[in-house]
Amino acid sequence: MSASASQSSANRPITAMPPARRPRLAPALGLLGAALAAAVLFALSTGSIPLPLDRVLSHLAQAAGLPGEPLGARDAAVLHTLRLPRIVLAAAVGMTLGVAGASLQAIFRNPLADPGLVGVSSGAALAGSVTMMLGVAGLGLSRSGLSLSTLLPATAFLGALAATILILTLARRDGRCSATDMLLAGIAVNVLGGAGIGLCSYLGDDQALRQMTFWMMGGFGGAGWTQIGPALALMLAATAGLLANARRLDLYALGERDAFLLGLEPHRFAVRTVLLVALGVGAAVAVSGLIGFVGLVVPHMIRLWLGPVHRRLLPATALAAAVLLVLADTAARSIAAPADVPVGLLLGAVGAPVFLWLLRARGGRPFG
Amino acid sequence: MLQAEHVSFSVGGRPLVDGVTVHLVPGRMLAILGPNGAGKSTLLALLSGERRPTGGAVRLDGRDLRDVPPRLLARRRALVGQHPSAGFAFSVEEAVQLAVEAAPCGAAERRRLIAESLHAADAAALRHRLLPHLSGGEGQRVAFARALAQLAAGSLHRDGPDGVATLLLDEPTASLDPAHQHHLLRAARDWMERTGGACAVVLHDMTLAARYCDDALLLAGGREAWSGPMAALPVPVLERVFATRFVRMPAPDGRGAVFATTGQPPAV
Repeated sequence: MSASASQSSANRPITAMPPARRPRLAPALGLLGAALAAAVLFALSTGSIPLPLDRVLSHLAQAAGLPGEPLGARDAAVLHTLRLPRIVLAAAVGMTLGVAGASLQAIFRNPLADPGLVGVSSGAALAGSVTMMLGVAGLGLSRSGLSLSTLLPATAFLGALAATILILTLARRDGRCSATDMLLAGIAVNVLGGAGIGLCSYLGDDQALRQMTFWMMGGFGGAGWTQIGPALALMLAATAGLLANARRLDLYALGERDAFLLGLEPHRFAVRTVLLVALGVGAAVAVSGLIGFVGLVVPHMIRLWLGPVHRRLLPATALAAAVLLVLADTAARSIAAPADVPVGLLLGAVGAPVFLWLLRARGGRPFG
Repeated sequence: MLQAEHVSFSVGGRPLVDGVTVHLVPGRMLAILGPNGAGKSTLLALLSGERRPTGGAVRLDGRDLRDVPPRLLARRRALVGQHPSAGFAFSVEEAVQLAVEAAPCGAAERRRLIAESLHAADAAALRHRLLPHLSGGEGQRVAFARALAQLAAGSLHRDGPDGVATLLLDEPTASLDPAHQHHLLRAARDWMERTGGACAVVLHDMTLAARYCDDALLLAGGREAWSGPMAALPVPVLERVFATRFVRMPAPDGRGAVFATTGQPPAV
């Protein structure tokens, strides 16, 4: 690690760089919070049944005990049972993937790390695929009364957990768990997951194949309060745990050696952080499939704006990633309405070129 | 107080450090000298707790270092390594701030600690620069400032029977210009006088060692070749260990000595 750190100075531009004057955190968070509120209101009023913004506001005010006029029964049902859970889910998944991505980037000391990279998403996707291919009956649970939609979150989460345990076991030597080893183990787990998913698609019948394909494209379609409840709780718990890590993530980002010298137990901390990431990402994948790009690009952009200190980076990333996914989901269900474009595809198609452009535009400057 | 008793460290059966004893003394600066590969950096890594000895023990106030949590150790010793970390683009101020965030004091006091440490390391002007943009020498000054800030913050905890802190410096002057080499070692001495702390510094420049260090530990092949007061270090021992000729002259101001090498083989 230290060798690669000293090599990176070779990329240093000749010209003197402008000094870092970081914007203040409170106004930045205020701005992002306002953007999230605006995005949520916009998402609530947009859709195949348009609800005018003033009537949505009036309805919400009335619900909060303020003077206002409630929506009609049909419109209120659209708002409460269709749009609201979907928007809350999109915001929670965005927040979780953003904070998980930023945390992994500190653990791997690589701004290109992503929850997909360490194999956490792969594990969840493989377990989900197996569940869909075999079906409830195939798993010998036909008499349990469970439906596929209740079984899926549980198996996807278990898959994420299993992948994480596998990575930690593979990467652990003499009680140590280095970031490099974790990254390499993650690549191996990703290849394994990809092969398993491929096998499931090969063996699955037409219906399972179609279901599997849509799930893996990622989306928030069909989200209802009862389905997303447990996943929401897990995502919030994982995100809270990761936000509480901020100061130690800064120490860890300096390198394992410096982190130890400044008082951190680096190996124990890395393991705990990766487990929290697995918890959050496993829950997110279970309810929304594979949604890439968020954990990679949002922390990256926030770092350009506010700098790499995690006490600033993590909360801003959580808000910005929530805004991004709420808007992306609104676009996904509007651009080809009444069809529902998978939001994972939309983000990939728009996000990857944006990221590549960003990479070029920065012209060899160091990340973060 | 940090002490190493007959410590050894082997990798794959090859001893890098072999039965070395280091007694750090408050208010005294120890020069750790020796050719490349003599085990100087490994010895500092053992003293800092970063590596665990395969033989012997390093103790802090008599307690084996493996029983001291990193959090407590960080209050009592700091190490300035040879390769300052880069990675994420923390600003200099942010990087130094990381060393004081656990301090039991308010934000204003923390800002004062950061400013004082940056000033002592002559790095105050670098405050808003980003770590990856620093030159090697600038990076060393910032790493030194961070170590001073870390120990200043740690001293607020008032740990241990004596609370004496140890500053470990691994070739801290390697990338510095001559003026900053003297500035850094003078700042380390100032720190010792101010806090009563102890300091061990790996140096290759015998003139700097003779001017600023009280004691010397000369290593060769992982073992102690000589130890004692720096002023008494015999030139023939130096020449034998380094296999090159040294010329020792009295310093013009009478403090320490000036060493020169000529690239010739040892006199005898």
